[in-house]
Amino acid sequence: MIRFLSIRLLRAVVTVLAVMTFAFVVLRMSGDPAQVLLGPDVPQNVIDDFRAAWGLDRPLAQQYLSYLGQIVSGDFGISMRDRSPAFELVMERLPATLQLTVPALLLQLCIGIPAGIYAALHRDSLIDRGVILLAVAGFTIPSFVLGLVLVLIFAVTFSMLPSGGFGSVWHGILPTITISIGGIGILARFSRSAMIEVMGQPYIRTASAKGVSWRHVISRHALPNAAVPIVTIVGFMVGSLVAGAVVTETIFSWPGIGRLLIVSVSNRDLAVVQCILLMIAAVMVVSNLIVDLLYGWLDPRLRTQPAH
Amino acid sequence: MTLALDETRPRRPVLSRLAAIPATVGFGFLWLGFMAVCALFADLIRPYDITQMDLMARLAPPGSPGHWLGTDELGRDVLSRLIQSIRVSLVIAFGATILSALFGTTLGFLAAQFRGWVEHLVVMLADFQAALPFLIMSLAVLAFFGSSMWLLVCLMGFYGWERYARIARGLAISAGAQGYAAAVVQLGATPSRVYLRHILPNVASTLIVSMTLTFPEIILMESGLSFLGLGVQPPESSLGNMVGFGREYLTTAPWVMLAPAVVIMLTTLSISLVGDWLRDRLDPTIR
Repeated sequence: MIRFLSIRLLRAVVTVLAVMTFAFVVLRMSGDPAQVLLGPDVPQNVIDDFRAAWGLDRPLAQQYLSYLGQIVSGDFGISMRDRSPAFELVMERLPATLQLTVPALLLQLCIGIPAGIYAALHRDSLIDRGVILLAVAGFTIPSFVLGLVLVLIFAVTFSMLPSGGFGSVWHGILPTITISIGGIGILARFSRSAMIEVMGQPYIRTASAKGVSWRHVISRHALPNAAVPIVTIVGFMVGSLVAGAVVTETIFSWPGIGRLLIVSVSNRDLAVVQCILLMIAAVMVVSNLIVDLLYGWLDPRLRTQPAH
Repeated sequence: MTLALDETRPRRPVLSRLAAIPATVGFGFLWLGFMAVCALFADLIRPYDITQMDLMARLAPPGSPGHWLGTDELGRDVLSRLIQSIRVSLVIAFGATILSALFGTTLGFLAAQFRGWVEHLVVMLADFQAALPFLIMSLAVLAFFGSSMWLLVCLMGFYGWERYARIARGLAISAGAQGYAAAVVQLGATPSRVYLRHILPNVASTLIVSMTLTFPEIILMESGLSFLGLGVQPPESSLGNMVGFGREYLTTAPWVMLAPAVVIMLTTLSISLVGDWLRDRLDPTIR
């Protein structure tokens, strides 16, 4: 287990480093932020001063090394637009994004998994078919369409909820639903197939045959085994939540990190974009590490097995 | 594919075989066929040019004379733009799905052939892909490099490759253990011949099933990016950017946004239904 975890940890660090390098190279290779920020009619000497002030005139490798040095010492650079530290800008927006994504993740877990398991245990019943159809519909509807349709129904037609903005609990309802629906569908479908697969295994038949109660078979034999693949997919869903936040925050003018990313990307605000990408990568890597830890807890076989 | 399948089963009358297809899957096939016709013959069935403006009939509701699905804010025919958008979105999704399958399968086979550090490299690339949500990565690349059709297809072509790589690697390794691959190696076949002529046909059905998974996801990804204004650029039009621009007129002219939205939903839904059905019949790993 220790060996397994240390290899995973090493891979996680390498991955974050790779994302950092990718973000750095792509953002530097693709054109001059000076031109976008200063506008087209600026004299050359102003542009040169700007480039010198931000270190953009140095060779790429040198810029990269000093960037790495800064990151290690906890300095994420300064926003070219606001002149304030990029990390602070991102942290200011973080609570708003968490207000959407945390309830959305809880909704996904509390609705998706039970619905899938119930459907699996009542396979081919009317409810099972209903769950499958709703699940497929849930993840095939694009979040931007769902968001706009919800606005059209609940804000425009019935004036029940605000169509955008930030402030009260009411503002959060439509965006949270918009982010969570796709994941609920995926989780329901996935839990259903994981559970169906487990229920077909010989050990379930053995348990039933030796007289274990049905409730006990489900809770002690089936669920723990179905949990491993379900936990895997939850780890991946954290990423789709982050991506969903970008689109949803745009629709509902929600002042979170996704909105900040879109604005900074169009302003070519290098430090802010890099900081956000790095943070997202770190969140993803950590959530995958947590999934790995959960594997060890859920599946005793993995604790002793060497890593592959 | 169905032909090959039928040879192994007792022949049944055509009608009963058709009846065996669930209604939802039948609908999926019909809708996809309809979409394919729209994409192939877009130039012929489009009533107007996509940029042709009818300024007297701006934001005309659906059912107006000459404009079945109404017009947008510049009086451009929504139906014509929709047909063209279907073509653009499907071409991008199709091209990208093929690219992603090619790329992923190649890497998977390479990993299976060479093992060792090549395999580690592929795993590392997959880790990298998993660490940055694809939408976010494409957002950064497109915003900084500017969006062109080619860049968009190539970028989308990186979506989901790791799925093919994993499948191709796993199946190639198990094929190596099954004897038929080892037998042709013994006969002196080159690795490329072994992989392309012997292993690939044996794993193709599984790969095709994963293509039905990737295809709708790429449509959603492209339309999401276009919705955010970073995908297909005007005057060209895609399903996502129609929704994006239609959003401005959500209250006064919802049809501008609803028409492409419905098409996106029905298309992705159809592919998922058909794909699930195909997987149940073709995928040897879940039988």
